[in-house]
Amino acid sequence: MHVISEKLLGGKQGAVNLLILALLLFVIFPLWLDLFRLNLLGKYVTYAYVAVGLVLLWGNGGILSLGQGIFFGLGGYCMAMFLKLEASDPVSTKIQTTPGIPDFMDWNQITEIPFFWEPFKSLPLTLLLILLVPTFLALIIGFAMFKRRVGGVYFSIITQAIALILSILIVGQQGYTGGVNGITDLRTLLGWDIRTDGAKYLLYYINAGLLILCILLSRYILTSKFGMLLLAMRDKEERVRFSGYDVSNFKIFIFCIAAMISAVGGAMFTLQVGFMSPSFVGIVPSIEMVIFAAVGGRMSLIGAVYGTLLVNFGKTMFSETYPELWLFLMGGLFIAVVMFFPDGLAGVYDKYATRFNLAGRIAKVIQKISKKALKTVGEEA
Amino acid sequence: MFGYTMTEIGSIVVMQGFAGLSLFSVLLLMALGLAIIFGQMGVINMAHGEFMTVGAYTTVFMSKVAVQYGWVGSYFMFAIITAFILAFFLGYLVEYLMIRHLYKRPLDTLLATWGLSLVMQQIFRSTFGAKEVSADLPEWLLGSFKPTPDIDIPINGVLVMGLSLIVTVSVYLYLYRSRGGLRIRATMQNRIMAGAVGINTKKVDRFTFALGCGIAGVAGAAFTTIASTGPTTGSLYIVDSFMVVVFGGAASLFGTIASAFGIAQAQSILQFFMTSSMGKVSTLMVIVVILMMRPEGLFASKVRK
Repeated sequence: MHVISEKLLGGKQGAVNLLILALLLFVIFPLWLDLFRLNLLGKYVTYAYVAVGLVLLWGNGGILSLGQGIFFGLGGYCMAMFLKLEASDPVSTKIQTTPGIPDFMDWNQITEIPFFWEPFKSLPLTLLLILLVPTFLALIIGFAMFKRRVGGVYFSIITQAIALILSILIVGQQGYTGGVNGITDLRTLLGWDIRTDGAKYLLYYINAGLLILCILLSRYILTSKFGMLLLAMRDKEERVRFSGYDVSNFKIFIFCIAAMISAVGGAMFTLQVGFMSPSFVGIVPSIEMVIFAAVGGRMSLIGAVYGTLLVNFGKTMFSETYPELWLFLMGGLFIAVVMFFPDGLAGVYDKYATRFNLAGRIAKVIQKISKKALKTVGEEA
Repeated sequence: MFGYTMTEIGSIVVMQGFAGLSLFSVLLLMALGLAIIFGQMGVINMAHGEFMTVGAYTTVFMSKVAVQYGWVGSYFMFAIITAFILAFFLGYLVEYLMIRHLYKRPLDTLLATWGLSLVMQQIFRSTFGAKEVSADLPEWLLGSFKPTPDIDIPINGVLVMGLSLIVTVSVYLYLYRSRGGLRIRATMQNRIMAGAVGINTKKVDRFTFALGCGIAGVAGAAFTTIASTGPTTGSLYIVDSFMVVVFGGAASLFGTIASAFGIAQAQSILQFFMTSSMGKVSTLMVIVVILMMRPEGLFASKVRK
């Protein structure tokens, strides 16, 4: 019990914070928001995966990747390819010159499904590839760079260039990837219509549940000995190396984990929103995802989730009413957070939460409520 | 080969090569500023492209004024100088307000300057509109000359190239042959020692950053002669120019020139034979692979850090 509370939940404070987040995601938001808004929230939740990955990689590892959109996009595209193949059965595509292939291939005079689409005919294989393709790419990039001790800003610039390459490639190879429009018009998952209201609710819950799982996994990593080493590496890399640790392997590992978490987010994005496009792969989304984590707090797994939700909420609200103001605000936010609040919202919260012993108070309230509830249940029985 | 005769191929290579030279000039000017800011100071300035845009808009604005008062023929020289001065002072201000607080946190500088670039882009959009604008070029810039019937070389390209050569030579002379350059190099190599011998290192930082931004402004002025300017023009070149600097070896001026040449030529010649996106993708891919094998860049100095 003790191990679970310390390793997975992060002590009393961490457990309370996680509980509040779960309560918000699972109970309050679904009750409060209508389906359209909830679906929008589900979209933001998928970005939060990337932010959680960045807390591991950037906040704790000190490695700033400006290419997390690559992994988010790859995960999303893997899922989209499966759904697209299912949506393009010969019956519903019989008006095409070649029935049975995705519509954008038909428009680009491609007559058979390319070889790299073949594995996405089966769901188990697709799910496996969602996890493996981005992780494998991260492994290659990480291996090539960290083994040669490329780090810091060079790593950021090169990951950014890779994000640019991938997005140009996807836009350019229209016949194989759907080009700038992306892969659209996705309908069913193994015959189950993902566009109905019920499906949207269910997907939202799966989405939020997986996010909580990812947070638990990340917390487990951070509270382990490896997490300590990660922090040590961030602050004094040479000293860790001289102590006999192979720093590059740790970096590769954490880069792969962050990539995998982002890929799960990407796959959930495709399911939740119903399409995938290169505009979630390139440089701009990748940097925006960094700012989500920075606003929430680069050291805080849960803070990163709030940061993501808050920034996106602001983006939607402002771009609906004052589209011009939004970029000013976003840019200002970038500058302000970096210069004045390097620990983000979580830093501010921690400062005041410890001052007023917020976690203790909330824990007491929850205890009271649960005791009362148990009592009434006991009395009724 | 590809259904062309040998002479045609020759002409294509010359012309695409020349198109590459225009790209080379702009990339070189952009990268020179970055090489000073990033290579010497170690600061990642993601808003560097926006300083170029400042220069470009200045030139466009001056050309409009020049058309009204009828001195179109000679405004360009003034535009270059104004662009430099404006970008220089803007850079000076940015260093004072923002960058100097972040020297110890290079990754954070990257994020803060990205925020700055968003704000600047929106300022451009609100002031000059979202549409791309182009400068009214003087008559003598518009023509082209034809050494052979197949080859067609635009004069503005020659001018931009000359300009970038002049700027490169002056930067070289300033950095390596003048007292000011000596102070910059001393500060960047050993800040504490430089301070101990009486150099005001904070002042040098501010001046160096502003100089890099000023050169980006000149790049913007040059840019207006080959393409039109929009609010996001600068951001299109930022990754390329970072690639140029990193690929050439961050602290090497010669490396920057060579890699700007290589990247620009590869892109424009490949773009003729493949689609434009594939040309860019293959160039960037080759650079990334080479950088993975040789992270210190092509012409890195052999000093251990």
